[in-house]
Amino acid sequence: MLFKKYDPQKGQMLKILDEKANIVAKDLDPKLDKETLLRMYEVMHLARVADIKALQFQRQGRMLTFAPNRGQEATQVGAMAALEPKDWLSPAFRELPAMLYRGVPLENIYLYWYGNEWGSHIDPALHTLPVNIIIGSQINHAAGIAYASKILKKGEVALATIGDGGTSHGFFYEGLNFAGSYDAPLVVLIQNNQWAISTPRKKQTKAVTLAQKAVAFGIPGIQVDGNDILAMYVATKAAVDHARAGNGPVLIEAVTYRLGAHTTSDDPTIYRSNDEVAIWEAKEPMIRFKKYLEDLGYWDDAQEAALEVKHNEYVNEVFKKVETELGAAKLEDVFKYTYAEMTPALEEQLEAYKDFLAKGGK
Amino acid sequence: MAVINLLEAINQALDQKLADDSRIVVFGEDAGFEGGVFRVTAGLQKKYGEDRVFDTPIAEAAIIGSAFGMSLNGLLPVAEIQFDGFIFTGIAELVSHVARYRNRTRGAFSVPLVLRIPVGGGIKALEHHSESLESLLGQIPGLKVVTPSTPYDAKGLLISALEDPDPVVFLEPKRIYRAGKQEVPEEMYRIPIGKAKVVQEGKDITVVAWGAMVRETEKAIKLLENDNISVELIDLRTISPIDSETIIKSVQKTGRFLVVSEAVKTYGAAAELIALVNEKAFLHLESPSARVTGHDITVPLARGEHFHFVSPERISDAIKKSVRF
Repeated sequence: MLFKKYDPQKGQMLKILDEKANIVAKDLDPKLDKETLLRMYEVMHLARVADIKALQFQRQGRMLTFAPNRGQEATQVGAMAALEPKDWLSPAFRELPAMLYRGVPLENIYLYWYGNEWGSHIDPALHTLPVNIIIGSQINHAAGIAYASKILKKGEVALATIGDGGTSHGFFYEGLNFAGSYDAPLVVLIQNNQWAISTPRKKQTKAVTLAQKAVAFGIPGIQVDGNDILAMYVATKAAVDHARAGNGPVLIEAVTYRLGAHTTSDDPTIYRSNDEVAIWEAKEPMIRFKKYLEDLGYWDDAQEAALEVKHNEYVNEVFKKVETELGAAKLEDVFKYTYAEMTPALEEQLEAYKDFLAKGGK
Repeated sequence: MAVINLLEAINQALDQKLADDSRIVVFGEDAGFEGGVFRVTAGLQKKYGEDRVFDTPIAEAAIIGSAFGMSLNGLLPVAEIQFDGFIFTGIAELVSHVARYRNRTRGAFSVPLVLRIPVGGGIKALEHHSESLESLLGQIPGLKVVTPSTPYDAKGLLISALEDPDPVVFLEPKRIYRAGKQEVPEEMYRIPIGKAKVVQEGKDITVVAWGAMVRETEKAIKLLENDNISVELIDLRTISPIDSETIIKSVQKTGRFLVVSEAVKTYGAAAELIALVNEKAFLHLESPSARVTGHDITVPLARGEHFHFVSPERISDAIKKSVRF
């Protein structure tokens, strides 16, 4: 099976679609149908446009801190395509493409980075948790979701994403170990994008791969070319099937690259060379996926141009709505969600503050 | 004398102490090569080498717990927690071991170390990047908790922290890292831990603030220019242990007391200081001791944070209410 063949301790990395869009592992080609492939591409494209535009809005002083995703679209969309709608995503904070694929409206994602809690007001039916800033804790959360799924016989798999830096955190080990000990259906996807802010992957751990950490949990681990969307789909599908069948967790390491800054507060030119970035620019995931679709006859320049126009208009529209209608915080909102019902102390504080504002205070 | 900001004053203190004391090591997430996300430790790795100034994996428990071990075995660690809200993932090591070891071992072991944490709001950051920790950390026996409000104090307090026999948490008000510059002596000097500073003398009301709130209180005092109120402003400088002598002496003179704190209201540091005044200066009071604090809510994201944070207007309003009670 896949996990035996691609053993990270033997230096094996799963790759199906190479950088020139050649299928290099024909037996593993998932042969996804046209509709699915185009949906994957369209979400990647939307994520790319939304990402680039968020940075523009930020530079114009209209958006606040933003964590760019460019370069990691295949890792995320390939993995999400292997989930069923009833499965769960427990993300970190750089998962715009994944969240879009799961059906979270761009409006939510923009609203979050605009600095408003309503961005995290996600329809619970989507089984997709909001942005999680505390590094690694989403692994524990997903372990619990997976455990509940098992006990309540829901048949759902929980997939948590984490960065290479996050694998240094205790939470990563605690959650995977816990889930493993009860065969909870958990899949952990490491987005190894090579940099945790300024700290390179090699400074996080002496382990040669992050996938090999699976060995200590007694679970399968696999290293995947994270810029190869077909490999990401195949590895995640195998992991999800394995977990759903009651065999316990799987650890996937997607080898990818953060082409942008950590966040808009970060200046990557301090710690990495332009030459390194250029190498990864050439390997970025949209190039090969687009060519793959073109080779299949599913996509052409005219469709690309039309999609570009459509997504640019859509993203502008969404941001305009965030900026003009949804973005401003309401005073009541910062109080009234603290508990199911406002406590007397909170009511008193809110009234006193409203009174202060009404008398011209600020 | 060089005119520098608070961030540069911390960098200077670390630089001089690294040169002065070979036991000192400085580390944290991104604290080495790039000099920290705020650049507080910029240039130090280049000057003192990677053995002494270094990046850690992302793991706050390992940062604090290994600082504890380093301290036990001959080093003097200066560990950085990147943002206030990240302390919680490492707090077991701080509360369960660092703070208690002297007591647990009846003095056989002690763990002098400095834990630096940028704290507080006002920079429109993400969630977990704007927390005020003074009330929580002030509750832990065995820890000293210090917070500067000026570049001069930052350098002097940090040097004292590095010479203290006990673990010191050094809270750096991030919103004033670069807010103002001040003349700071080139040579090393110390500001004693546990001593508050009377920033401005006055006779009508004592206002105690610390960290970034000192500046907000100074703005509030300016708003009161035409109100004929004489404010005595005290910068607490050390959250724990409290300099009760300076506070009580002041309240005995002014007869009124106000505390300004960005942390949430209930069970907070402000409540503690009010209790202290109640215990030691009750009969001198002419109006109820008061506090201006954050509300009892989660720090809102950037678009709503202004509802929570203490404004000069809220402070001046509270001063007026106390004086005109």
